[in-house]
Amino acid sequence: MTALDPAPRADAASSTAPAAPAASAAETVESAEKRRQRISTGVLIGIVGLLLLLALGSTRGQARFALSDAFDEVQLPTVPLPGLPTVVVCAVLCLAAAVAFLSGRVRGRWAVVAATVAGVAVLLGFLTWAAAGRDLPFPVSNQLAGTLSLATPLVFGALCGVLCERAGVVNVSIEGQFLAAAFAAAVVGSITQSVPAAILAAMVAGLAMAALLALFSINYLVNQVVLGVVLNLLAVGVTGFLFDQLVQPASSTYNNAPVLSTIAIPGLSSIPFFGRVLFDQNVLAYLAIVAVVVVWVLLYRTTWGLRIRSVGEHPQAADTVGISVRGIRWSAVLAGGVLAGLGGSFFTLASTGQFTKEFTVGNGFIALAALIMGRWRPVLATIMCLFFGFVTQMASQLQTLSTPMPSQLLLVLPYIATIIAVAGLVGRVRAPAADGIPYEK
Amino acid sequence: MSTTTGPPRPAPEAGRRARRSTRFPWTDVVTTVAAFVLAFLVGAVLMIVSDTDVRSKFTYFFDRPSDALIASADKVGGAYGALLAGSVGGYGPLTETTAQAAPLICAGLGVALAFRAGLFNIGAQGQAIVGSIFAAYVGFSWHLPPVVHLLVAVFAGLVGGAIWGGLVGWLKAGAGAHEVIVTIMLNYVAAGLLDYLLTTTVFQRPGRTDPISPIVDWSATFPRLAGGQLHLGFLLAILAAVFVWWFLERSTTGFAIRAVGANPHAAATAGMSVARTTVITMAVAGALAGLAGVQAALGPSASGLPIPLTAGIVGSIGFDAITVALLGRSTPLGTVLAGLLFGALHAGGLAMQSVAQTPLTLTTALQALIVLFVAAPALVTRLVPFVRTRKAHASGPVPEGGLAS
Repeated sequence: MTALDPAPRADAASSTAPAAPAASAAETVESAEKRRQRISTGVLIGIVGLLLLLALGSTRGQARFALSDAFDEVQLPTVPLPGLPTVVVCAVLCLAAAVAFLSGRVRGRWAVVAATVAGVAVLLGFLTWAAAGRDLPFPVSNQLAGTLSLATPLVFGALCGVLCERAGVVNVSIEGQFLAAAFAAAVVGSITQSVPAAILAAMVAGLAMAALLALFSINYLVNQVVLGVVLNLLAVGVTGFLFDQLVQPASSTYNNAPVLSTIAIPGLSSIPFFGRVLFDQNVLAYLAIVAVVVVWVLLYRTTWGLRIRSVGEHPQAADTVGISVRGIRWSAVLAGGVLAGLGGSFFTLASTGQFTKEFTVGNGFIALAALIMGRWRPVLATIMCLFFGFVTQMASQLQTLSTPMPSQLLLVLPYIATIIAVAGLVGRVRAPAADGIPYEK
Repeated sequence: MSTTTGPPRPAPEAGRRARRSTRFPWTDVVTTVAAFVLAFLVGAVLMIVSDTDVRSKFTYFFDRPSDALIASADKVGGAYGALLAGSVGGYGPLTETTAQAAPLICAGLGVALAFRAGLFNIGAQGQAIVGSIFAAYVGFSWHLPPVVHLLVAVFAGLVGGAIWGGLVGWLKAGAGAHEVIVTIMLNYVAAGLLDYLLTTTVFQRPGRTDPISPIVDWSATFPRLAGGQLHLGFLLAILAAVFVWWFLERSTTGFAIRAVGANPHAAATAGMSVARTTVITMAVAGALAGLAGVQAALGPSASGLPIPLTAGIVGSIGFDAITVALLGRSTPLGTVLAGLLFGALHAGGLAMQSVAQTPLTLTTALQALIVLFVAAPALVTRLVPFVRTRKAHASGPVPEGGLAS
């Protein structure tokens, strides 16, 4: 007995001994998933680098980047960059980053550095190629201001999605919520000629669309992706019909909403370059920034937020401790609807004050993509929205420069960027565990 | 057949369904009819609210209610009467219904097939656009002998759709990109591609500055029966439905598709390649949606000539197709019936627009409402008291879960 006794202990010791090196080895051996993502990132950067090398053939003269436009009080210089050398350097940097990724030697912090270098090189190389030898300089401050303004509705949409999906309700109908809200803002804004009333109407419209989403998905257990698509169709149909029947014949009464004016923050807005870009926006843009903070705090620092995350990850467990799964999901979806409503009002009130049919042109879907690429986190999703805003604005800026690329293809650049980002850089992402699964007791 | 076409379910419930399906599903029919009635009621309310004349009569409703009621009944009755007459009122309208239904059936089959593999194909729109580009290009720029020309043009459209759909499958299987995002983005890319192509010398009609293509040769146009709009496209749509039935129920690949749709992990354990099945499913689904684009590009319009390629050539076929597949519960037969129904709605909607001056967009709203009510039978039974209560199924024909891939 005594002879046998140590044996199992020794066995136990020997079985734990190899486990320790295995655990440390797990940090150095990468998973198949990570490896595939690393390689696809490397290949992608490599392809872009090669494309830049090909673009050398059509790079002429120098590219000029204007830091301020004619209306600025403080005139900053226009930066000239020699076309050919810049593109060559950018292409080489891309290829180097690609080699670094493919070799698998870069890990952790260095991988981030390599990715950042590659990203900047791609952007600078592409812009230099596009702007080289043109009559007009590329307006950098316009680019940044446009990025913010294009990203504003996307941020609202993505935050709406964050709230819904963290609670376990997939929201494909952000587009429909935008559309309904934009329509409501146009009609109510025209009748009352008041911006607050228009924004309030948009929030109510977003809320109503969200209530439909909540009713059918939470109470009637309709598949949520399908439901989202149908709700989008409903929004297109109803706003389109009301537009044709009611608004179009009397557009001066029903389609003539006031336009938001920009609010310059005293002091800050007179900083050269950044002042006009960051601190001279309309009220919705400021609200979007506030909303990011509010959603983050709500989600991660309040009981309600904890409950939202718990019903999105494990509704059974939440139910067991006495949380009303349906109640929390309803509240999250409705809160999201209010945000989407704000985003929708931007389309009407920040441009011409007029509604046209289906004029949210897929922004709701881009917000959805930003949400997924932002891994269902409010801040990361916001950064993705800024990325989309940047690409969209760049496409429209380059149109005015009459670049070698046809304008129709420039306009699909944001969509192609989305596909590349989703497929090449993001890879498989982990959604909240109960996302899209209706809860039945 | 209905036991095998239904979505695979846990054993006990499948047994119950099998037993129930031997009887005619009266409750399904009744709830569907009730869903239609509800959708049309909401449509009627929309019409009354948005009509300025009718609304003004409601301001003195309590003094003379008859005025408001008669005006409302005139408005709604006129619109729905025109809708009915334009869809089933005679041989001409009936053939127009088949012409409108054919592309919806094809694209609906594409969406339904993907649903069966557990994939959300929101990209039928883009696939149809690319299909129409390919078919129209062959139709107006290659001048081949009569029958060959038509066959080659149809085949080209199928290939175009298959490429656009297969790309989604490849990105999903290879890089893990979510198909909902990719298909939506590819819809916009396809639309942009068409916009661009229509400005090139290859696609733009000589002597025109607006984006419009030359007219497709007569040898590549679908032949039609005299006196109506019944053309080869409808026959192709029916053939496509039969093919999808055979493919899903009788072929090995179809079995793999259903297995992957039911449980990808189990299918992988059983030795099926989930990645390969995903790519094949999306390619075939894309080809079917491409066939819808072929219908738009080669199908004769009322004048007998096909509509030349323009930015709006396929309309909103791809999005309507999703509702068709849903209403048809993702089965081939169901998709054909749902396609005919929405085809009738479209054909009638065109008549409604011209006769009763009610915008065509009403049909879009009606379509969404019908699907919404059909998808939630529990709501219908609550709203309509005399429909027998029946247990609500979470989501009959479509895969569970959403973006949680």
